[in-house]
Amino acid sequence: MKAVELKNIVKTYALKKSSVTAVDDVSFSVEEGEIFGLIGPDGAGKTSIFRILTTLLLADKGNAKVLCNDVVKDWKTIRDIVGYMPGRFSLYQDLTVEENLDFFATIFNTTIQENYDLVADIYKQLEPFKTRRAGKLSGGMKQKLALSCALIHKPKILFLDEPTTGVDPVSRKEFWEILKRLKKQGITILVSTPYMDEAKLCDRIALMQKGKIMTIDTPEAIVNQFGKNLYAVHSESMFKLLNDLRSFTKTESCFAFGENHHLTLKEECTTELEKYLLASGHNNATIKKLEPGIEDCFMQLMKK
Amino acid sequence: MRTLLFLLRKEFLQIFRNKLILRLIFVMPVFQLLLLPYAANYEMKNILLSVVDHDHSEYSRKMVDKITASGYFKLVNVSQTYDDALKLIEKDKADLILEIPQNFEKDLIREDQTMVMISANAINGQTAGLAVSYSNSIIRDFINDISAEWIQQPRLNPQPLIEVTSSNWFNPQMNYKYFIVPGVLALLVTLVGFILTSLNIVKEKEAGTIEQLNVTPIKKYQFILGKLIPFWILGMVVLSIGFLVSFLFYGIFPAGSLVVGFLFAGIYLIALLGFGLLTSTFAESQQQAMFVAYFFMMIFVLLGGLFAPIENMPDWAKYLTYINPVGYLIDAMRMLILKGSSFWDLRMHFLIVLGFAVLFNTLAILNYKKTT
Repeated sequence: MKAVELKNIVKTYALKKSSVTAVDDVSFSVEEGEIFGLIGPDGAGKTSIFRILTTLLLADKGNAKVLCNDVVKDWKTIRDIVGYMPGRFSLYQDLTVEENLDFFATIFNTTIQENYDLVADIYKQLEPFKTRRAGKLSGGMKQKLALSCALIHKPKILFLDEPTTGVDPVSRKEFWEILKRLKKQGITILVSTPYMDEAKLCDRIALMQKGKIMTIDTPEAIVNQFGKNLYAVHSESMFKLLNDLRSFTKTESCFAFGENHHLTLKEECTTELEKYLLASGHNNATIKKLEPGIEDCFMQLMKK
Repeated sequence: MRTLLFLLRKEFLQIFRNKLILRLIFVMPVFQLLLLPYAANYEMKNILLSVVDHDHSEYSRKMVDKITASGYFKLVNVSQTYDDALKLIEKDKADLILEIPQNFEKDLIREDQTMVMISANAINGQTAGLAVSYSNSIIRDFINDISAEWIQQPRLNPQPLIEVTSSNWFNPQMNYKYFIVPGVLALLVTLVGFILTSLNIVKEKEAGTIEQLNVTPIKKYQFILGKLIPFWILGMVVLSIGFLVSFLFYGIFPAGSLVVGFLFAGIYLIALLGFGLLTSTFAESQQQAMFVAYFFMMIFVLLGGLFAPIENMPDWAKYLTYINPVGYLIDAMRMLILKGSSFWDLRMHFLIVLGFAVLFNTLAILNYKKTT
């Protein structure tokens, strides 16, 4: 049984005169018990897909199933078996940590005690603050509380919409460790993120751009598909370097990437490149070979 | 049923945690009832009177005495000339000038007729009108007294006289507070029922919590009831405090049955809560909801006959009041509190407000479905 199945889902939002296609003929499926990542920049259509799958939004075309339940016909069943954590913090800020968790437990007809083992890991960190109002928690704590609330009714599938956006690096790392532990408990997790470094932590990922899925595979397979040598180029004047690299005849692509520029070439010609850079006035330019990351793959796919 | 209880518990937790709103709910009825009836007082007292007496006779003095003794007027100045007195009006130190001509007494006795002039500052038309009519009736009384003393009545009255005596029912002393207090009670119930409800639901939208609730198995009717019941209870609490305050401070106790009063307010609240719910389905932010609510509140209250009687409004405004739920509550409250109207007397009011309740709530629920 597939945990999630989408077939030819289309969703357009009508603006005043034009319309925006947020999800453009998307099909994919998620296996039970895996962490599936939707990776893409803002506006790629990740949230729309989440809202369609959690029965909050109706798709214009296509059909989708969550554990064999149709999102339109069986929306009631779906709401019982999924946990959803929206991208925006959406708990009651004026209720305490404990009251929030208790409220969401009770409206699912369960109690904190009944499913405590599931949230224990996360909730233990929150327990010292359990009488604090949710609005007064730090960003990472808020996300942990939101995850606890989404988990408290023991859902079979978790939908996490950008759970780590705006969260500090340490909390982000912790958050992903929690997700891995949840996976071991047999919960399927569908997570979206704009952070490419988090993609490696998923079992499979879908790279999305402008409502379309560019590729779906394991992170390793996607990196292997890159198929070209990638170079990190650095020199003293980086802006000039970018322009120079882009005007080099054998350059395939070149992007600014942190301290370096990431470069792919049409053919192997590093010595020729070195000469070219020297001639363009870059005296201390360094060229290093690099393992491509997900982001490089994303950039490459985007260009196609 | 259990789910509804949990929703209610959450709602009350939030209400009791919002200290400002909570305090306001208790302070508002007390303050509004203490301030508004005094501030919105149409009775005239202490009209500043300036007298220009050219006669200096016994009668002229007697007349001035009679006017000041009425309690409505306060003699602030006696001027030599009319121009001096007019200057006082210009400086806003007098509201009314009474000019008594020379030979006032003589003419009155001998000629059986004389004239006095009353000039009023009509910047505030209402004050001027009342001041003139008060002084007129006092002077008429004075003349009657004099005539009885001096003038031989002819055997037959030259003109037939109809003497009018009036008695003011349901508010014998014409106490303006009796008119305004029931209206303020209605205003309070409306404020809580309408504004707080619409804001509360929009708050869930703003915070995104409504999204989180929508993915739970909560049913629509549970959510709506979970929102309406707390504010219904709050409205009733405010009404009870209002009744208590008006009894303690004004000695106003409903002449009719309190049960009927609460029953009527209860149905009215359901209607208003529905209207608040309807507002919240349109508004995306609390700011929008607040403005929409304020817009309707102003119209409802001012066209509801709280300050100005509906009977004095032009026809088009009267038709508008037929579709104004607040008007029915104000009217019913006055009938109940002052007149002691029974359930049967108020049956039309009950029916109409019940109609509003069904209409608003149906619209709200239909519209709520569409937006989520």
